[in-house]
Amino acid sequence: MRTPRDIAASIEAAVQGKRALSLMEICGTHTVSLFRSGVKSLLPASLRLVSGPGCPVCVTPVGYLDAACELALREGVSILSYGDMMRVPGTSLSLAESRAMGARVEVVYSARSAVRYAMEHPGEQVVFLALGFETTTPASALAVLEARAAGLRNFSLLVGHKRVLPAMHALLEDPSLPLDGFLCPGHVSVVIGTRVYENIARSYAKACVVAGFEAESMLCAIERLVAMALSGRPAVENCYPVAVRPEGNRLALELIDRVFEPSDTTWRALGVLPESGLQLRTEFADYDAAQRFGLSLEADSHPPGCRCGEVICGKITPDACPLFRVACTPSDPVGPCMVSSEGSCAAWFKYTGATVREASSLTMRERPALGTPAAVDPARSESRSR
Amino acid sequence: MCLAVPGRVISIDENPAGALGPEGLVDFLGTKTRVSLVLVPSAEVGSWVLVHAGMALEELDAEEASRTWSYLREAGVLMGQSPEPEGERELR
Repeated sequence: MRTPRDIAASIEAAVQGKRALSLMEICGTHTVSLFRSGVKSLLPASLRLVSGPGCPVCVTPVGYLDAACELALREGVSILSYGDMMRVPGTSLSLAESRAMGARVEVVYSARSAVRYAMEHPGEQVVFLALGFETTTPASALAVLEARAAGLRNFSLLVGHKRVLPAMHALLEDPSLPLDGFLCPGHVSVVIGTRVYENIARSYAKACVVAGFEAESMLCAIERLVAMALSGRPAVENCYPVAVRPEGNRLALELIDRVFEPSDTTWRALGVLPESGLQLRTEFADYDAAQRFGLSLEADSHPPGCRCGEVICGKITPDACPLFRVACTPSDPVGPCMVSSEGSCAAWFKYTGATVREASSLTMRERPALGTPAAVDPARSESRSR
Repeated sequence: MCLAVPGRVISIDENPAGALGPEGLVDFLGTKTRVSLVLVPSAEVGSWVLVHAGMALEELDAEEASRTWSYLREAGVLMGQSPEPEGERELR
């Protein structure tokens, strides 16, 4: 069996003397894994890996956060959220700051825990912050069905779910971002499958390869993406077949479709993308917190100087932002990409610059320092278990 | 946010109160959590499942589950767990 180093050597040989290539990893977990595993430092300079809009925290517009904070401060309302969202700055407050001001904000690990919380607290209006891509959406859908089966009147979702494919299409329409292929997300693809990427390979002539999160799987995908980009024969391939099937998980897709329908939604920096989000179907409108409380979620703005928007689209790397590492750090973040443990800026902060890791001088199997973050990131402890 | 982790089903409740569909008690290297099994109807006691946000999304074989745990451990996702947690031997 080939080691990661063997695969990296084969990639290097393949790109030797060829044009420079840009591949995008969509998924925030890939961004972090590429750094942590040392894969990024094993790749040749002419092969650029850019991070895409696959960190749910990073692409959530400010209007959503502001609505959540406003709701949290209302009498009788409890906000239940995944931990990743707690420290993301809204226009004036984060959820953590709202909590410090007396709002009731609880961290949960699943949407269903929020339903149980609502059952146990009948006197509170419980609002679950339903965020994330297709990996996370089935749990929100099941939570709505279970809340309805239990006749719960005090449970609703602030829906901010996003769909991966429309964002990929939007990036492909942007001429300022030349890409040669996509490293497609592992666990999102468990749900949506690999066939859904075929239109991208066919219509846009970009290769799509699904990868898991181990060094071997990511390198295998990069090797295939390079080969297909250079041969001019783009296709969809799967380097994570143990978990991902061509058709995805049919039951998960049916569950999502039972409760939600596609809707136009705002992405931070990308603006409104058609059918890129989800909304509750009319028959479940009673569980829509935005309707119940009369909130708008779509406004977007960004802090002065913050270039998270361009980072999310892969147009700049985090170190091109003037705030990076100077005014914006994991302990005092300005933009969402520095808050989320899966954000590109947080990953760059941890793994580059003053703490560049010379992975190429190590073997992939013996790299004791690589798993240890160089900088302390308080956000990590909140989100790592998901 | 979209990282799922493997666990092993140690018991199944076909009709849990307040839930739609079966739930499994799933062991994540010693930490046991109730997880919905509605998306993996063929999972049995002893099956490995890939879990995210309280739902099993897919079944895995034991070898893949073990590989996944290795990279999660390397990635520091398991910080706070003991380095040789109970149950790890079963993984091998």
